[in-house]
Amino acid sequence: MALNRKIAYIDLTTGDIQVKPIPIEIRKRFIGGRGLDAYLLYNHTEKGVDPLSPDNVLLISAGLLAATCASATTRTHVMAKSPLTGLLGSTNMGGFFAPELAWAGFHHLVIRGKAEKPCYLFIHDGEIEIRDAKNIWGRSTTETQWAIREELNDPEVKSLVIGPAGETLVRFANVMTGIKDSGGRTGMGCIMGSKNLKAVAARGTTDISIAYPEEALEFNKRFIDQIASSKVNQTQGTLGTPFIWGATNSWGGVRARNFQYNQCEYADDIEPERIDEIATETMGPHHMAGCFGCQVHCRARYKLPSGPYAGKYDEGPEYTALGAFGAMPDCRNAETVLTCNYLVNQYGMDVLETGAMISWAMELFELGILTSEQTDGLELRFGNDEALIEMISRICSRKGWLGDTLADGGIPASEKIGKNSFDYLVQVKGMNNLHSDERGTPALALNVATASRGSDHLRSRPAIDLYHLPEQVLRKIYSNPVPYDGPLSSDHTVYEGKPWQVFWQENCYMAVDCLGICKYHTVFLGPTHPNFEDWAKVIHYNTGLEFTPKDIWDAAVRGNTIERLFNLREGLTRNDLQKGDMLNHRYFDEPCLRGAPDVVGRKIDKDKFIQMIDELYEHKGLDKDGVPKPETLKKQGLEGEPSHRL
Amino acid sequence: MQKNNKILKIDYEKCTGCRLCELVCAVKHDRVSNPIRSRIRVIKWESEGIYVPVSCQQCEDAPCVLGCPAKALSRNDDLGRVEIDYNKCIGCRTCVSVCPFGAMHFVDADRKVIKCDLCDGDPQCVRFCDVEAVSFVETKDLGLEKGREAARRLQAAGKKAGTLLEA
Repeated sequence: MALNRKIAYIDLTTGDIQVKPIPIEIRKRFIGGRGLDAYLLYNHTEKGVDPLSPDNVLLISAGLLAATCASATTRTHVMAKSPLTGLLGSTNMGGFFAPELAWAGFHHLVIRGKAEKPCYLFIHDGEIEIRDAKNIWGRSTTETQWAIREELNDPEVKSLVIGPAGETLVRFANVMTGIKDSGGRTGMGCIMGSKNLKAVAARGTTDISIAYPEEALEFNKRFIDQIASSKVNQTQGTLGTPFIWGATNSWGGVRARNFQYNQCEYADDIEPERIDEIATETMGPHHMAGCFGCQVHCRARYKLPSGPYAGKYDEGPEYTALGAFGAMPDCRNAETVLTCNYLVNQYGMDVLETGAMISWAMELFELGILTSEQTDGLELRFGNDEALIEMISRICSRKGWLGDTLADGGIPASEKIGKNSFDYLVQVKGMNNLHSDERGTPALALNVATASRGSDHLRSRPAIDLYHLPEQVLRKIYSNPVPYDGPLSSDHTVYEGKPWQVFWQENCYMAVDCLGICKYHTVFLGPTHPNFEDWAKVIHYNTGLEFTPKDIWDAAVRGNTIERLFNLREGLTRNDLQKGDMLNHRYFDEPCLRGAPDVVGRKIDKDKFIQMIDELYEHKGLDKDGVPKPETLKKQGLEGEPSHRL
Repeated sequence: MQKNNKILKIDYEKCTGCRLCELVCAVKHDRVSNPIRSRIRVIKWESEGIYVPVSCQQCEDAPCVLGCPAKALSRNDDLGRVEIDYNKCIGCRTCVSVCPFGAMHFVDADRKVIKCDLCDGDPQCVRFCDVEAVSFVETKDLGLEKGREAARRLQAAGKKAGTLLEA
């Protein structure tokens, strides 16, 4: 059963491995996945630990429901202190790794120390081996995975790996599994590189018994029908996430030329329909693929149609790639975007951070803040596709002054470049913002500023705010499982009620990150999608555990508070532009120049924004400085943390 | 009882590779999640993006039936399937070796062979596959869809050629 999956403590310095059960009492408080990882990180690291030192702890986990008979229980979560932000590092990925880890007998890996030479872990049916990685070190993310299968002589092995960028300690190197499933944010690949850990391979053949199989099957079917019947997921399942790009760009919610515009014009070649055409031409009409047990199938399979890597197989490109390599560096050519996507996937670098760093450098170059000498003669201008592609490779191999500088991440790079370069860096807590432009949507701006892992859209974004749903629908969603009778508005341009939506979404996403379910199976995309009440049933049918919807909510709140405690311990202060809950000045000073009438001319009102943060803190039980009040910790049972219980 | 002429039709081009069929097959038959207990398996070449679900074809002249030394395998025309009589099965795995599709499996934990039984007429893999990569169709209709698709392509090609001639 899911509840007998173990936690393994692995010390790469000494080779010591210890396996322990996960007590039910801990499950009740933190569920599993990201919530339990946050608890473990807070308990197993010392204040001020150097992210790249052997004392930093890398956590890899499967959610409570991984591989059970619930839909899309596919997500792997990875956590450590981030080498990019110096705060919470956390990333979540789809694919097939988490279920395999669960079948292999484990839910959580706690990895510390540093191996003497490159190694990888092989986890199979309760056993853990530390193996020599001499044959795979230096290889790309996909080559590494296929080489591991060959070495272990098993085509069913699933691996979570780093590419060359993780080895060169690019601060935003990612972890990957499969062709493009990436744990992209906060540089977890860099942490693996710093530990000389090239990969974690898993192969499991043990049973996960289902507490109530008939009920679990029927409920899963209901889930799937509920999700598959929604228009938004049907579109997602046809065009993939590029459809969101197309919709938001035409409306005016996409950063272009770093942050100069909020719309990328004349971008027909990278519209979702064009991407779909390329996939159809190269892989046939049925080219969509899904993660484990998921019927949304939102990623396209395609071959690069032209360019230096023509004919190479890849998957995606996602919404983020179109922004990072399309709108932000002002590239409007599918061939270039797909080439960039292929390169970052092979190198193992975060799509978003890579594209944002280069776009920022382009703006600095055009402003004369960066010189030709610093770029080694590269004409790093917006719309220069060749320079964009070249820069990706330079970052991965830390080639040249600029390649090496950008590889260290935004804030260190801005300190090295100097002048007023920091003013143009659109980041929060040291991590670049997504290519979406939130100047017309206060709720989304609040989400970006306060996300626990630095600027982010997947921690608390009330994306349905853009649907203009009737207030009674919003009220139905946002007053469960805890009552809420404060303001709620269907208007995405107002500030009232938005802090509660952000707070609610923060707990919703934490809940599914603990369960290991994809966010596309939540109200992230569709107001009718599964919710706390459904998850209580799904947990019960699959594991036998009794959780009320409110219990799940409480556990999610607790997980978020632990993440807050970790960030505060590592130096988060409310208004700090580098480590706080604050946006870049451009959100407050530069109005949107393009887009629909409800976007153009808009910017964020700083006073109202600060008021929103105050309100959000109140909902979270934090004081004016953003620190949990003693009564909050007591209420959540966290007053004794770190308790070192596990 | 009316003879069942329905068969599992696998259209691998439609498969998204999600392996939900493997999950529900194991849960339905063995009440656990474990792909090695699934009667249907999605064989993948991830480096090329190719996914092919493989399951018992319920052969008319089945090598497993012919090869079974204990006569434990037989054809059940009412349910349209080849089935195992576990009272007779000696666990010799001959059926596993002779199956040309690799659709017979031996489960180590239970020390027994398994194969698709079409869930007694309501295959769960079909029920859960919304892209219809696996469907349950009358044998007489097996070629219908492919035939219509091919005819459509022929018609489109003809029309294109006609346009070219006029130009």
